Amino acid sequence: MTAAANPPAAHEAAPDGTPPARRLARIGTAAAAYLQAAPLALILGAFLLAPLAMIVAVSFWDYDFARLYPDFVLTNYIETLGSAVTWRIYLNTFKYAAIVWVLTLVIGFWVAYFLAFHVRSQTMQMVLFLICTVPFLTSNIIRMISWIPVLGRNGLVNTALVDLGIVPAPIEWLLYSDFAVVLAMVHLYTLFMVTPIFNTLMRIDRALVEAARDAGASSFQVLTNVILPLAKPGMAIGTIFVVTLVMADFITVQVMSGGQSASVALMMRNQMSLLQYPAAAANAVVLLAIVLLLVAAILRVVDIRKEL
Amino acid sequence: MTTTSTSKTAAGTGGLSRRTLLKTGAAAAGLAAGSGAITGFPTIWAQNPITLRQFGTGVSNLNAIAEKCKEDLGITLEMTATDSDAAAQRAVTQPDSYDIADIEYWIAKKVFPAGVMQPMEVSRLKYYDKIVPLFIDGKLAPDSVIAQGTAPHTVGFVDGKESTTFASAPTDWLTMVPTIYNADTLGIRPDLVGREITSWADIMDPAFKGKTSILNIPSIGIMDAAMIMEALGEIEYADKGNMTQEEIDKTIDFLIKAKKDGQFRAFWKSFDESVNLMASGEVVIQSMWSPAVAAVRSRGIPCVYQPLKEGYRAWGGGIGLAKHLSGAKLDAAYEYIDWYLSGWVGAYLNRQGYYSAAMETAKEYMSEDEWSFWVEGKPAAGDILSPDGKVMEKAGAVRDGGSFTERMGKVACWNSVMDEDRYMVRRWNEFIAA
Repeated sequence: MTAAANPPAAHEAAPDGTPPARRLARIGTAAAAYLQAAPLALILGAFLLAPLAMIVAVSFWDYDFARLYPDFVLTNYIETLGSAVTWRIYLNTFKYAAIVWVLTLVIGFWVAYFLAFHVRSQTMQMVLFLICTVPFLTSNIIRMISWIPVLGRNGLVNTALVDLGIVPAPIEWLLYSDFAVVLAMVHLYTLFMVTPIFNTLMRIDRALVEAARDAGASSFQVLTNVILPLAKPGMAIGTIFVVTLVMADFITVQVMSGGQSASVALMMRNQMSLLQYPAAAANAVVLLAIVLLLVAAILRVVDIRKEL
Repeated sequence: MTTTSTSKTAAGTGGLSRRTLLKTGAAAAGLAAGSGAITGFPTIWAQNPITLRQFGTGVSNLNAIAEKCKEDLGITLEMTATDSDAAAQRAVTQPDSYDIADIEYWIAKKVFPAGVMQPMEVSRLKYYDKIVPLFIDGKLAPDSVIAQGTAPHTVGFVDGKESTTFASAPTDWLTMVPTIYNADTLGIRPDLVGREITSWADIMDPAFKGKTSILNIPSIGIMDAAMIMEALGEIEYADKGNMTQEEIDKTIDFLIKAKKDGQFRAFWKSFDESVNLMASGEVVIQSMWSPAVAAVRSRGIPCVYQPLKEGYRAWGGGIGLAKHLSGAKLDAAYEYIDWYLSGWVGAYLNRQGYYSAAMETAKEYMSEDEWSFWVEGKPAAGDILSPDGKVMEKAGAVRDGGSFTERMGKVACWNSVMDEDRYMVRRWNEFIAA
């Protein structure tokens, strides 16, 4: 836009006989703007666009068990999209994403609401919020793996249930199941929902709540008519975090399902570990397209910039 | 008491000097290589320390070996351990990142044709004639039948220095010098299975529903699956190690069905996962590696590496040289290999329950009792200690599966890379995703 607008301006300026000093100053401002934008552009170009372009290029290459052959073949896409397994894995990944999204949204909103509206002192709010982040001081692998001794056949939960006589035999589906995967993901990703929602809730003008009360709204009506709509940008940002994290997760799925379930990223990782880079690249391109569509859809529903 | 403190001090000083040498090592090596004055006398390494970067699967990337190598040869070994898939990947994609590849033979079948390694001259190897014939012509004894799969001798030789295709008979050029190998079988929890386990088919027994596991490394897992399928009488493979698409389909379809019926508890990918699955009682019978069995036992939990009537699935590893090695570093690498086969390492590996490729030399470094327990399969006269001094087996114990010849003589197949590798991997992914 700037580039298009500039030439006529320069053209206009010349016949007027603009002093060269002023013209120089104008070039100076333009150059400064470009200079200011340059670092980000360079970083994004070198570390995002270039690798992406490479992935797209490799996805058309051919390969055998040891080497890659630069080429232009569609085999990787045909094998990826033409296989029922891929579709099943995508479905499975969407299933995880949907369940985890609903759970993290509910829990995340709940926690953020409590922090923002029930905790009165600002210091206490900050203290409690920081407590939420304490588990994140450990690696997420550790947080995930610690579930195994809790949920296992002879784990804490099962031992307790059997010893209390609540169940006759250990419950098998606690570990190495979809349940375990979802549980671990909710545990790992809820904070990504809490933070942005807490942030938007804190920005809500308390006068709005008072006004609603004066107008005769019940607590529930305040929640549904005032707070929820105003919390939408935070929810949208949290949703983007959670959905992209779940869609790209492989280690939680691998560990918590005991290798019994697959996700898209796990499928890619399997392919990569077997040197099938082009197949993995094709998968990555497909996944990227789908995730971008999801994010675009979310942004259509909620205009993050307008409501922030 | 005294011995402990002495060895501690020794280790301490060893670590210190190694660190100092590490710093100067690279610079000195570059200098030495540049001057061209190196002719390959052992004393040279002590004066101009050389560092060799070795990477490979965890089994033989042992710190004890690096320390002893430093002590005996003055060569600093920088070791990196990865899982087998990552090892194959690194060997092909980052050939300049290592000097010595410590990999399995089936990985070599993938890696060597990529031209990232250089073959070794047989005439330069001091202990070539001590290598067990299993790695030369595939036969443990002259009358042995060669097992199916990627048997090490089939990918052990090439025709010339520049060749990347494997030779069908022994030549003067070795792709890798064999170092370590073993016969794998199923591990069981004798206290929990409640009956005698005699066949690979037993893992599919409905009684063990939800209490079994197989490993999720396609090239190895498919072989375990093949052993199970044949034991069940579901199929007879022409060559388990090189299945046709139909055979792959049949095998995977069977696995998918078993998975859907809930036969498996989990699929493991790393050593520690297999140990935890077994030790926690999540599974009672599963694919396992021998040190994992030892690890479970060392926690005081009974675990047996059960010999089965259909035979073992064997694997073998060796060390190969990166293509870029030359000059002093190449000479050092040859010397390292000679040292590797000269006995100390062999004895160390034998004591871990693996086998050394040069049995004769290893014997000299083992006590009579150790040799008769680990290699001859006889009851231990005294307690059997692990290399770090812990009691592994009490006096009177007998090794699962018996002697070296009994175990390695009953190998039914080797870990493999098939011609239909790509198809197999795709179908294996389906199995895992199903």
